[in-house]
Amino acid sequence: MKINGVQKQCPGNLTVSEMLQQEGYASEGVAVELNMEIVPKAAYDTTVLKEEDVIEVVRFMGGG
Amino acid sequence: MEQDVFMLGGQEFSSRFILGSGKYNVELIQAAVKQAGAEIITLAVRRANSAGEGNILDYIPQEVTLLPNTSGARNAQEAVRIARLSRELGCGNFVKVEIMRDSKYLLPDNAETVSATEILAKEGFVVLPYMYPDLNTARDLVNAGAAAVMPLAAPIGSNKGLATREFIQILIDEIDLPIIVDAGIGRPSQACEVMEMGAAAVMANTAIATAGNIPQMALAFKKAIEAGRAAYLSGLGRVREKGGEASSPLTGFLRD
Repeated sequence: MKINGVQKQCPGNLTVSEMLQQEGYASEGVAVELNMEIVPKAAYDTTVLKEEDVIEVVRFMGGG
Repeated sequence: MEQDVFMLGGQEFSSRFILGSGKYNVELIQAAVKQAGAEIITLAVRRANSAGEGNILDYIPQEVTLLPNTSGARNAQEAVRIARLSRELGCGNFVKVEIMRDSKYLLPDNAETVSATEILAKEGFVVLPYMYPDLNTARDLVNAGAAAVMPLAAPIGSNKGLATREFIQILIDEIDLPIIVDAGIGRPSQACEVMEMGAAAVMANTAIATAGNIPQMALAFKKAIEAGRAAYLSGLGRVREKGGEASSPLTGFLRD
């Protein structure tokens, strides 16, 4: 799977929650997109990732 | 006097200074928001780092409305994608649509901006589109459901001031939405001038971020914007094209 542009190994049955924890992302203050679709927070524990998935984890930063 | 407020997405704002948060650090952002008296602050949406960095939201007071931008978007589709992600971040439904194809002058793509505005307004966003000041586009943005129109004064980050003055005036005169002048305003005097012209608000980032003393410049902008607004509400005195007119009574005692 690809997380924020970086290719990563995808162990079986990895949920979005576990991925965030494993990769060191805060679970607060981020939004997750899976294959161009937003994953609602309520679905983090039940959404299982696959090898071919493309994941974006975003947050707010300073900007004009 | 009645309180002087303007409306965006059904929300009332009394500060007419929208502050950008790019290019300076969180402690200075916190100080600048305070000095600016800003009620709206812009943010960008970017890939998170996995190295547990601090959250910018911890440095912005709760009551300040967040205005995420879609910077980085090169077309309507990308802007819509960023806007949806920003809403998912859970800080309201305001969005500043910003779409650029050109990386040298960073000029907005007006046609794509209209498309994105239409899609996002239908999805319930309060859409503030950043645009090149063109009357026809501004009318299209009104029809697309924009909450305000944000014409540029000069290229983003240039601090060059009111290069598009005449065209911004046309928008102020003809468009029945708040006109918020965004980009290029480099000095408090320019912010003041655009408020004298009747703009609803001014957005500034680089002018503050590149100043010698950031919080103090935020305060200077606040005062200039308030001065310009008061001047607009007062109605500027007339200009006499030729000759002068004494300010003091001439009926004198020196020559009868």
